[in-house]
Amino acid sequence: MKLIIAIVKPFKLDEVREALMAAGVEGLTITEVKGYGRQKGQTEIYRGAEYQVNFVPKVKLEAVVDDAGVAGAVEAIKAAAATGKIGDGKIFVLNVEDAVRIRTGETGSAAL
Amino acid sequence: MKPTALRRLAGFALVAMIVGAPIAGAAQTAAPMPPPAAPAAASAQSAAPSATPAAAAAATPAAAAPAATPAPKIDSGDTAWMLTSSVLVLMMTIPGLALFYAGMVRKKNILATVAQSFGATCVITVLWMIIGYSIAFTGSGKYIGDFKYVMLAPLGLNATSTLAPTIPESVYMMFQMTFAIITPALIAGALADRMKYSAFLVFMGAWLLLVYCPIAHWVWGGGWLGTAGALDYAGGTVVHLNAGTAGLVAALMLGKRKGLGTENMAPHNLVYSVIGASLLWVGWFGFNAGSALTSNVNAGMAMVATQIATAAAALAWMAAEWVIAKKPSVLGMVSGAVAGLVAITPASGFVNPTGALIIGLAAGAVCYLSAVHMKKAFGYDDALDCFGVHGVGGALGALMTGMFASKLINPSGAPKGGWLIDGNAHQMILQLEDVAATFFYCGIVTFIILLAIKVTIGLRVSEEVEREGLDINLHGEVVQA
Repeated sequence: MKLIIAIVKPFKLDEVREALMAAGVEGLTITEVKGYGRQKGQTEIYRGAEYQVNFVPKVKLEAVVDDAGVAGAVEAIKAAAATGKIGDGKIFVLNVEDAVRIRTGETGSAAL
Repeated sequence: MKPTALRRLAGFALVAMIVGAPIAGAAQTAAPMPPPAAPAAASAQSAAPSATPAAAAAATPAAAAPAATPAPKIDSGDTAWMLTSSVLVLMMTIPGLALFYAGMVRKKNILATVAQSFGATCVITVLWMIIGYSIAFTGSGKYIGDFKYVMLAPLGLNATSTLAPTIPESVYMMFQMTFAIITPALIAGALADRMKYSAFLVFMGAWLLLVYCPIAHWVWGGGWLGTAGALDYAGGTVVHLNAGTAGLVAALMLGKRKGLGTENMAPHNLVYSVIGASLLWVGWFGFNAGSALTSNVNAGMAMVATQIATAAAALAWMAAEWVIAKKPSVLGMVSGAVAGLVAITPASGFVNPTGALIIGLAAGAVCYLSAVHMKKAFGYDDALDCFGVHGVGGALGALMTGMFASKLINPSGAPKGGWLIDGNAHQMILQLEDVAATFFYCGIVTFIILLAIKVTIGLRVSEEVEREGLDINLHGEVVQA
């Protein structure tokens, strides 16, 4: 099992969610985050006080997927979240030791 | 840390002096409420011998002898309007000013900011009743009123003030109270994010009694500036230059916020500021048109002047910002509107629509420069531009009142008119006197008050408290995510 973490532009969230559903990923957790990579922040001005805001709003998605489904899920996210402009985001894939379904107690892939 | 016990004792003594002295005075001199049988005597005593609008309206065309004429009649139209104006002006502070300021601070200080407006309202209400009204608006001293109205003892059911003969004195006192409330509350703009709440409340009380009441007396209560002929319809100097100057002194004495220039201090929610500014705009008609003290032609013209100047100022600030900073901000346009409201305040009952338009345009542009650029140039941390908008706007408005006052618009209030319209250049000298007297007296006494508080209970929160936030540390509450 692998944990896929994807940081994407907020307005792409719905598209990515639908693409993941089509790829067979049925569970997802999202968090609203701020961050930057190569995309720099923006300048806000309030009565002459300028603030260089370095952190740009993003959405972080986390989904635990069976080893077999990882490639498909990553491809789905990549295709749905891309705009071609700087700031599209990144995808990370991490190993998962175990998963448990709380209601039934199932573990491993059966819990996904 | 220095031992706090001694400072607390000293602070308590300070507060006890401020509150206790007038009460002790009241205990000695308090007269019982005049019995209902004496309203005629009370009104006759306050009846002005010269023709007042009510006397002219109520008296028969054939002028009766003073002894036979009944006391000036309380006009129900005037009273209804003044009742309304009072609540409009109260609304300007709570929640108008409270929201205007709250939206501009960071989330961790938002509750503390509204607490300043709300707390000030309560402290000033009580002090006004105990002694403020008495020293500001009664008696005939050149520099201060007298103590006869301590605890509002002589305020009978049917009493009227010579300063507003057609409305009950209870209403007049209340109307003036709402002005007394908002003026010190404005100063909170300069103190944002770093003042102790105890120090703030003590400062409100002391400033009311030692700065606001005398200056109000000088201009409106029968004191030397008003009798000399200085024109300040609704408080360009008494309220705005006054509060603005105090804000400047306070900002300098408190010092800059920690992290200024490096940390992000962006407003938490400017929608609150827009709501607050809109409540200020609407409420200001009570402030300006209510300063007619009657529901008549002067009130109508003051309302018109107020509206025009405000809109013009918002546009002027917007235009200046659009050109200089490339984008017209929402904070800018509401600030421009407030600048216009401030500048038209002293002029509202004296100028015609064109004068109002010019005053508004000037205020928007000048206050944009003072709030945004002058502050940066001089480097003082007037956090929410109390001096930049209210101080500069009030002074500008007072001077432009001298320029554009018209004796056609207000023959009784400005019989000689102003400089540009009526050729009365001397009016400019009177306006300058008003501005200078307010600025210097307020500046010096504010400094003394703040120094006294600083060495007793302390003015500023600790750096830890400031960094963590005032809401949780001063009030034990936070605005939930």
